[in-house]
Amino acid sequence: MDEQTEKSVSDIRTLARSIARSVQIMEVCGTHTVSIFRNGLRALLPDNVRLISGPGCPVCVTAQRHIDASIELSSLEDVIVATYGDMVRVPGRLGNLERQRGVGADVRVVNSARAAVRLARENPTKQVVFISVGFETTAPASAAVILEAEDLAIQNLTMLTAHKLVIPAMLALLADGEVPVDGFLCPGHVSVIIGSDAYRPIVEDHHIPCVVAGFEPRGILAGLAMLLRQIADADARVENAYETAVTPQGNEVAQRLMKKVFAVSNVPWRALGVIPQSGLDLAPAYRHFDALVRFAIELGEDLDHPQCRCGEVIQGKVNPNECHLFGTTCAPTTPIGPCMVSSEGTCSAWFKYNRPSQATRATGTEVKK
Amino acid sequence: MTRVGVRQQSETCIVRAHGGGGELMNKLISEHIISAFGNTTLNQLTDGAVLPAETSRVVITTDSYVVDPLQFPGGDIGRLAVCGTVNDLAVMGARPLGLSLGLIVEEGFELARLDQILSSVAKAAHEADVRIVTGDTKVIEHSGGSGIFINTSGVGSLDDRINIGLDRVEVGDAILVNGTIGDHGMAVMSVRSGLEFDTDIRSDAAPLNGLIHELIDAGVDIHFMRDATRGGLAAVLVDICEQSGLGVEVDESELPRDPIVRAAAEVLGFDLLTVANEGKVVAVVPQDQADMCLGLMTRHTRGRDGAIIGRIVACDLPLVELVTESGGRRVVQRPYGEELPRIC
Amino acid sequence: MCLAVPGKIVEESESGALVDFQGNRMDVSTVLTPEAGVGDWVLVHAGFAIAKIDEAAAKETWSYLDQMKNPDPADESDNAETSDG
Repeated sequence: MDEQTEKSVSDIRTLARSIARSVQIMEVCGTHTVSIFRNGLRALLPDNVRLISGPGCPVCVTAQRHIDASIELSSLEDVIVATYGDMVRVPGRLGNLERQRGVGADVRVVNSARAAVRLARENPTKQVVFISVGFETTAPASAAVILEAEDLAIQNLTMLTAHKLVIPAMLALLADGEVPVDGFLCPGHVSVIIGSDAYRPIVEDHHIPCVVAGFEPRGILAGLAMLLRQIADADARVENAYETAVTPQGNEVAQRLMKKVFAVSNVPWRALGVIPQSGLDLAPAYRHFDALVRFAIELGEDLDHPQCRCGEVIQGKVNPNECHLFGTTCAPTTPIGPCMVSSEGTCSAWFKYNRPSQATRATGTEVKK
Repeated sequence: MTRVGVRQQSETCIVRAHGGGGELMNKLISEHIISAFGNTTLNQLTDGAVLPAETSRVVITTDSYVVDPLQFPGGDIGRLAVCGTVNDLAVMGARPLGLSLGLIVEEGFELARLDQILSSVAKAAHEADVRIVTGDTKVIEHSGGSGIFINTSGVGSLDDRINIGLDRVEVGDAILVNGTIGDHGMAVMSVRSGLEFDTDIRSDAAPLNGLIHELIDAGVDIHFMRDATRGGLAAVLVDICEQSGLGVEVDESELPRDPIVRAAAEVLGFDLLTVANEGKVVAVVPQDQADMCLGLMTRHTRGRDGAIIGRIVACDLPLVELVTESGGRRVVQRPYGEELPRIC
Repeated sequence: MCLAVPGKIVEESESGALVDFQGNRMDVSTVLTPEAGVGDWVLVHAGFAIAKIDEAAAKETWSYLDQMKNPDPADESDNAETSDG
């Protein structure tokens, strides 16, 4: 353990003792969740500091209707579907994209939206559909690709966009009021784009401390220590533990691109329903890049498993092990809900990195704890 | 015009007749296969190979190779086909006596590429000091696969004194690995279509029989060994736990990892514990022999970055637990299938 | 929700920049960070540079990855020699 980590851990313990009650901190971002588990950070925290995982896994919150549409697109003749590796195993009603490949669909895993442009140019007789998900970190990339395609007059590229916005989701959680959150550990890379000032409505209107943090163990622990300090002082400010990359204003070039290509709209979140002004649709001037329009596909209904509690997990209302399906019917090899299928999903992280006593369904005594 | 095209193709590419048992097949065997790695046993072209039995026990193993792409930094399918099977014998404690080589080639596959693969089979076999003693070639319809599949089986002799097995694993035993993890998987990823990147990462594909027999001959009482291939180090450690009923504790800070490989894994979102290797062995040895074993390992070319990475522990549940660099703890599981690069 | 790692721009390319991540070089778009040029460090997410960052910070991020016993690049030559198929 390096010096800074040691200091943060010791600060966290001291502050937690002085707070002397149970505090709940939500790490909004799925990458934080994974880093916390992968580095075993929960083991370093005092008992009265509880971390809850928020709605910040773009794969987990992609509505089933979008997954189903992506599968329908992949079944069309002469269509190449390109998407991030995160997406190919997410189950819809009709299976997942990986299985589609098994029955002859052309599904490509790419690590950048730019690959979609390349695919479109290399395959002029085919239609390339890019399945574009992600929060504000990823959306500018999609916007840039749309502008590039427009510029190059590429005719055979479209996108199925399911981009989401973080702040509206956080505000919706608070409005719901069922989850007592004492502080938010805010996503570092989303904040690179939106800037730390974007969290001001949360501290000003809801008086909940927000600290932006990076993803290394050091950064996360430093962020948690800053949150506990604010909680101890009954303070609520936006603080930045990731100043090396995050500014108060964010990346204004990226913001402009997003604004140009996308329009903010009411979009469905998996297991959460429609949240007002929480997502991005293509702006009218760029509708011709909308795969749903080009292929005349209607979004269907979301039919989530009735016992799946991912919605509550995403909102921090329950831990994964409080779901009846967790670890038994629903496991990484046979995922039912989105939080199990995504490698950064809360359920998947619980299942993968926790001891079975914590990871499998809680018994009565454990629930009380 | 058409005739010329056809003739040219049949001369530079595999056609059905290459697997048809006739003249063309004979030509393929003598001009491409025997010339690459012929030897007194293989050259007899009998239906099977006769090998001298040196011990009362022999070990047999088989593996099929379907890597895509066929060539990657640090190796190709031919090298893998030899090293993988030699290593399966070696971790059983056996000395390889001979390998079989079964080729399944799609029609239209370029002969020049086949020659390249066969030459790398020859080179790896030479490195491993093992002979290809029998073989088979089949040609299949062009099916849009990667063009060639290879199966190798290996036979090895097992000395009576060798006793390696999970039943010998004891609480307190040390766990060693002979070098950096994840090199092979990341090297292959760097040439995967759509994900390519320019890197100095090389696959670790290598025969380990030399290293392993040096340890055995020096008197290390190896309780258990397994080569960490697909599924990475994680899969082997979980196997050890589940099959021995004991716990494994691994120190993350002791894991040998190449900084370049580690960086590539960060960029693409992989956990190196679950990334494939093709030249790594996990050895479980008695605590009091751990340092001696490490000394032998690190003096060998195939074990220079070797390390003692953890230990067998008593526990209520047979789990692999990682003590992380940040001082935390977490459980390590097998990956759930092929790991994909991610952006989240 | 988003992996992003720091890399150094080593040269300009047709479509952006070639960025080095501790020995791995990838083509990255700099359309979101027009202020970044050769020699600068950028934070890269999904093939796009999303922020220019200072060198010290970038190196600190990577430093925790470089704690291996023997990061001597001379090692590679030996590896290539013995394992080049």
